[in-house]
Amino acid sequence: MTGALRIGFIPLVDAAALIVAVDNGFTAAEGLDVTLVREVSWSNVRDKLNIGLFDAAHLLAPVAIASSLGIGHVKVPITAPFNLGVNGNAITVSPALHAELMANIEGDPFDPMATALALARVVAKRRRDGAEPLTFAMTFPFSTHNYQLRFWMAAGGVDPDEDVRLVVLPPPYMVDSLASGHVDGFCVGAPWNSIAVDQGHGHILHFGSDILGHAAEKVLALRQSWAEKNPDVVAALVRACARAAEFIEANRDETAAVLARPERIGVAAEIIQRTLEGRLKISPDGTLRESARYLLVGREEAARPDPAQAAWLYSQMVRWGQTPLSADALRIAMSVFRRDIYETILGPATGENTAKDGIGAFAGPPFDPADIAGHLRSFIIGGLKV
Amino acid sequence: MSADQSPKIVIVDESPIRAAILEEGLREAGFDGVVHISEMQGLLARIYALDPDVIVIDLENPSRDVLEQMFQVSRAVRRPIAMFVDQSDAASIQASVEAGVSAYIVDGLKKERIKPILDLCISRFNAFSKLQDELERAKSALEDRKVIDRAKGILMKMKGFTEEEAYVLLRSTAMREKKKIGEIAQSILTASEILK
Repeated sequence: MTGALRIGFIPLVDAAALIVAVDNGFTAAEGLDVTLVREVSWSNVRDKLNIGLFDAAHLLAPVAIASSLGIGHVKVPITAPFNLGVNGNAITVSPALHAELMANIEGDPFDPMATALALARVVAKRRRDGAEPLTFAMTFPFSTHNYQLRFWMAAGGVDPDEDVRLVVLPPPYMVDSLASGHVDGFCVGAPWNSIAVDQGHGHILHFGSDILGHAAEKVLALRQSWAEKNPDVVAALVRACARAAEFIEANRDETAAVLARPERIGVAAEIIQRTLEGRLKISPDGTLRESARYLLVGREEAARPDPAQAAWLYSQMVRWGQTPLSADALRIAMSVFRRDIYETILGPATGENTAKDGIGAFAGPPFDPADIAGHLRSFIIGGLKV
Repeated sequence: MSADQSPKIVIVDESPIRAAILEEGLREAGFDGVVHISEMQGLLARIYALDPDVIVIDLENPSRDVLEQMFQVSRAVRRPIAMFVDQSDAASIQASVEAGVSAYIVDGLKKERIKPILDLCISRFNAFSKLQDELERAKSALEDRKVIDRAKGILMKMKGFTEEEAYVLLRSTAMREKKKIGEIAQSILTASEILK
């Protein structure tokens, strides 16, 4: 039906729908000849998609929006007709910081407000003692990891730009940096949090889903111009990914084995299976924690793009000073997430997004895409740069 | 940096050979202020300490995402940075990504001044890839020769051939089966191993 497609991905568990679609023959069954190309940085994925070396990519949802708006880089409009993953991140901290937080916590350690307030106390004490500020790592300036970390700490009164150091670190370096003390904590996707715990270097403090109940994480990203010229290829690719998403939820052990292969994610199948099941070891002592929301692939409407999610991500870019608020930019951001294309190809989504207001943030008022200025004014830290 | 000074260039590359090739090229072209960083730990801090005008990084390096942080307006960032290429430079992005290199400039260095640097990086990166391919080919040719010599030895011993006759047999078999001599020699080694 078409020439060979090259699709870029980063070795993370939320590339599962794409990897399974190709490796289990769902793309071939649609008449597509797909080569998956493993990449080492989000910048590479973005640039190779932008200039046409890739036809499609596993991409951070906020990068698809930033690219369409031309924030921080060349402007290339992106179309995202399918969410590869919703949620799936976690915040992991070093054993030392974990002990400090638990010594300062009032209330439930799984309540992000309680931990954020504990963090504020730890930060204040360090300042009084003249200690270096804490360093937290995340994966990319335009990433859910960045926004989740910021949202969490700001809710407790910690200014992420003033009170701590927030640095970008490639996921494969996260665990070593935590072990060596170069960072005190990080927010990253699977499997890296579990690897830190297994090696005894970290405690998973929060699942991303504690911070936001339903957060678009990675999308299937296409150049808008290419998607418009190749609607049949887009439809075939989306159908193959949808079939894969369904397969993943029903066959987690087989999925884990496919993803574990060295040319895909290249870590033990058992670790991958834990993250697919949302049953994670959160402490080196073996404590388990389960959450059905940890990573959503083929459930709860996870795969269907929701323009309100795009609006939320855009609002965070505004909140943290990455871009000024504009009605035009908001409209463009929302039009990146193509619910209409998804529904034309696949019909209505199965399941239902049960997060309140579709986002389910643990703090702040309900999110309203129609009043981002009003929403952002309700937060003390992080501003509305007009 | 004043207009007549040579810009300070930082090369971020874990491959010492490629970095040396690039550094040499830049020096030959008259760029004196070149520093190579091969250690990725604390990359941003080192870059801030060096305060370069141009940063060149290879695309195999995951730390490229670390550099993207420098686009951000935040307390940690002292001088704003921009991608060299702008909207009108699609061809430059294409050429550099294909060559496997990316360049960032700090604080509005003039485009005319950065273009020769990027062009040089692209050509040196391409030269390095070519060199690497040649090295790979030479390595595999050397491997082949070792295998062929051992296969000849086996044939001489088992069949009482001269070295010349052994080679002729290998070559004619390879031609008949449309395979490389090295492959035929390898199958002789494997067979003799099994039949030992």
